[in-house]
Amino acid sequence: MIKLWLAEIPPRGRLYFSLLLAVLLAAPLFVDGYALSVLVLVFYFAYLGQAWNIMMGFAGQLSLGHALYFGLGAYASAALYVHFGVSPWLGMLAGGAVAAVIGAAIGALGFRFKIGGVYFAILTIAFAEFTRILFDHWLWVGGSGGFFLPVSGRTGNDILSLRGSPEMFYYTWLAFTVGALILCRAVLSSRLGYFWLAIRENEEAAQALGINTFRYKIFAVMLSAALTAFGGVLYAFYNNNLFPSAIFSISRSIDMLLGAIIGGVGTLMGPIIGAFILTPLAEGLTVVLEPLRDLGFKFDGIKQVFYGLCVVAIVVFQRRGVWPWLRRKLRLSPGGAQ
Amino acid sequence: MPKTRLPVTRRTFIGGASATALAGLTPLRHALAQGAPLKVGVIHPSSGYLAQIGQACNRGAQAALPVLKDMGYPGLEIMLGDTESNPDVARAAGERLINAGAQLLIGAFDSGQTTTLAQVAEQRGIPLVINIAAAPPITEQGYKFVFRNFPRAPEIVTGAFDVQKQLFNATGKTPSKCVVLHANDTFGTAMRGAFGALFPRQNMPYQIVDYIAYDPQARDLSVEVAKAKATGAELLMTVSRLNDAILLTREMVKQRWEPWGIVAAGPGYYEGAYMKTLGKLGNYVLSAVPWYDPRKPLAQKMIEAHQKMFPGAAIDTNTVFTFEAMLIAADAYKRAGSAAPQALATAIRATDIKDNAALSDGIKFDEKGQNNGLKIAAIQNFDGEAKVVLPLSSAERNVVFPAPGWQQRR
Amino acid sequence: MPIEVYLNQIVSGVLTGLIYGLSALGLSVIFGVCKIVNFAHGEMMVIAMYLALLAFQYFGLDPLLSIPLVCGALFAFGYALQAGLINRLIDVPDHMQFILLAAIAIAMVSGCLMIFGPNAQNVQLDYAYDSYEIGPLLLDKVRVFAGIAAISVAGLLAAFFRWTWIGKAIRACGDNIVGAQVTGLNVKHLFALAFGLGSVCIGAAGCILLLLVDVQPFLAVEYTLLAFVVVIVGGLGSLTGALLAGVLIGVSEALAGLFIQPSLKSMFSFGLLILVLLFRPQGLVGKRA
Repeated sequence: MIKLWLAEIPPRGRLYFSLLLAVLLAAPLFVDGYALSVLVLVFYFAYLGQAWNIMMGFAGQLSLGHALYFGLGAYASAALYVHFGVSPWLGMLAGGAVAAVIGAAIGALGFRFKIGGVYFAILTIAFAEFTRILFDHWLWVGGSGGFFLPVSGRTGNDILSLRGSPEMFYYTWLAFTVGALILCRAVLSSRLGYFWLAIRENEEAAQALGINTFRYKIFAVMLSAALTAFGGVLYAFYNNNLFPSAIFSISRSIDMLLGAIIGGVGTLMGPIIGAFILTPLAEGLTVVLEPLRDLGFKFDGIKQVFYGLCVVAIVVFQRRGVWPWLRRKLRLSPGGAQ
Repeated sequence: MPKTRLPVTRRTFIGGASATALAGLTPLRHALAQGAPLKVGVIHPSSGYLAQIGQACNRGAQAALPVLKDMGYPGLEIMLGDTESNPDVARAAGERLINAGAQLLIGAFDSGQTTTLAQVAEQRGIPLVINIAAAPPITEQGYKFVFRNFPRAPEIVTGAFDVQKQLFNATGKTPSKCVVLHANDTFGTAMRGAFGALFPRQNMPYQIVDYIAYDPQARDLSVEVAKAKATGAELLMTVSRLNDAILLTREMVKQRWEPWGIVAAGPGYYEGAYMKTLGKLGNYVLSAVPWYDPRKPLAQKMIEAHQKMFPGAAIDTNTVFTFEAMLIAADAYKRAGSAAPQALATAIRATDIKDNAALSDGIKFDEKGQNNGLKIAAIQNFDGEAKVVLPLSSAERNVVFPAPGWQQRR
Repeated sequence: MPIEVYLNQIVSGVLTGLIYGLSALGLSVIFGVCKIVNFAHGEMMVIAMYLALLAFQYFGLDPLLSIPLVCGALFAFGYALQAGLINRLIDVPDHMQFILLAAIAIAMVSGCLMIFGPNAQNVQLDYAYDSYEIGPLLLDKVRVFAGIAAISVAGLLAAFFRWTWIGKAIRACGDNIVGAQVTGLNVKHLFALAFGLGSVCIGAAGCILLLLVDVQPFLAVEYTLLAFVVVIVGGLGSLTGALLAGVLIGVSEALAGLFIQPSLKSMFSFGLLILVLLFRPQGLVGKRA
């Protein structure tokens, strides 16, 4: 089966991808802590963008409240670890399950009542905000005062409890990002993937063909939610502090999907390319604008202005996302479902 | 399989070295840097919703430079970092400054951002001197490189209660009911928890009749004030930030609620913008906060230097504690004789400064890196300035309690 | 708690709710006619507030008197935004449109931060602390003025849509774009006009809100969300719906605050939104699509 997938990707694509992967695997050996933390941020956005993309790109539902699932995963695993000593890997299962169930509920409510497009998006925002305020008042997980995980130094990597050095987290995030990519590829090539494609292109026609669109849309939401929750778990153990206003916030939801949309919704490599563009852009702007501050220009906020304008420019000039354009430039366009 | 490496520059060498160093290995650059100014990374939110405060902290750090130089301390070089009021960015800012050569960090005002920064500091083995952050867990992690020269929420609360007892003794007026209004954010919730836990043991002469939590983003606090007024309490205790402080006071005026006094256990009410916006209506509010001790000579020097460098800018808690963080850094650097992080950390742990600027028994850290000698002062607003009124030994003016009504002041 | 407290809060909630309703009108017009979800709604309102602030600081104009000026400025801005940028991207899928406006919003907030700084600023009015005493009610003068202004502007807008030719043409575009084009209406121009009009509402709401609330750049997101809640609860395309929903939200938040913890106020609004989306998605007053 792997041969089948690889056959669909043009040899040049396979080469580029392997090169990129090799560079990323070797990176910790020759970059410093700062660059490492930026790369982790790239993986974070790539992974979450990929997870979000399943719901949007494959099931066609715009969710603006994905921070909900992220937060559920983060808090579930953190609470289980701090209060009961449960390993984060098991916590991931718990968090993922909770997120999937809630995602299914939201999806079901939305789809059953035929709430589409923008209304559905706003429904997702409402659920996320509702949950944020709820967690602000839930003292067992710290409320708005924050929930803290005990941290140890860099001595020793305990992968079972996700305690360890930034390098360990780097590889874990990389593994998850690649894993998500492989999973999406696999699912897209399966029957489920073809149903999703049919639903996305023309839901009514798909229904007419006898496809139970409701069930498959729900499944997309559940998968998307569960994967997002796993990301939340990693984040919780990497940062070791959780505040509802930061975890469930609408800015986080928007950040998650920015990469996927810029890169190209509905494509496999889109979210990854998007993450690789946006994160360095943001950091780059900060670095470039630093000297201005030293010169006495007190322009706090100028970075976000440029950032916003860059995003606008990308939307105006590449409305399908950057990846399809890049793919053409690199002469990688296949005939397949990429 | 041969590994390919990039050409080794000083930066990548350091990157490689610190990536594999165990605690205790001294990277080259620190040994070479003896005698040179200590590079201090000063990290605060200078953009985002906490921007005003972050900028005030930065001013405190800058005002310290001429004072420390006069006192004969070795030079410090400030490298500014911005957390953008966001914990993720705080992490990146810390990493970036350490890479650019920061040998010690100071920051970061907000507990969430400080927690993340503390982790970076501990992981990279660079000392962090926390100027302001009250969440207790930060010093409960067993960190070896994190030091906090600021009281934790429980100490602020005990101090606030203590100061109130002094208040009632000094004026002879004792309220029977108190109502608490607090923002439902990190600091507000921590304080609320501390109030609840510590109040029973404080033997206060009044009862707390209600705790009213409000959304810190709230645009309209009329409901909250109405509820508080309806309790009939004579004393209002609040934990707010600048914007809610202004909103609350305005509502109180509009709804004609005149308790004997407002005691704020937190920021907001003593800030310049509060007093400027409310004018006479902002007078007489008491804030129970860690503050500078007007009697101490170093405090006077700090005020002079700050007023010279930043005429018209307010001097408050943010200024003092950032100033003291710089003092701690300079003092440790002098005693350690080297900028090596482990040496600095050991030196900081041994700090014992009696001639400091804040109201306290001096600067000394326990084994968790916490300074337990800090005291809470009561300051009161008088026509645009906050003056220390309690403890009586440090008072600059006499306390006014109960405060005159709103109508009398307009 | 004595009954006056409840009465006072309910009246206060009604008055504040009228302002929410006015701001939501802007969103409703833009969405109803142009089918564009304006995620930069709150940011535009914040800009309106800053303009009114500047008018106060430099010309001493009471924000209520600045309404015509600010509305003019916002009309121009809205028209330009639609004609210049959004019209070009009329065919993009929902999510691209959303990102475009969200990015514009980010740029706007940061622009305000750069120009005005992070401090909350406000207008110091002489009558800011006055109140009317009517029996047991203590009504804040400023709120009363604000409420009256909100209803007046809404009324003007309703009159415009019902009785002027342009107003009817815009409504026609909103109802049936193909039909409108067939009858020879310049749809692009009308869309831009509609966006402009929506912006006018936002402008008026901003001026009025400045009376009550201090302006700072980060106010925006919350007001965008609030406007959405009001529009959906009231029903898209309905002016009375927006005002009614605004009042409903204002009053329910006040009561929720009184009966339970005030910090849970917003949770109620979102809960209400969820319920409405599920059981009456066309809104309280809206027509079923």
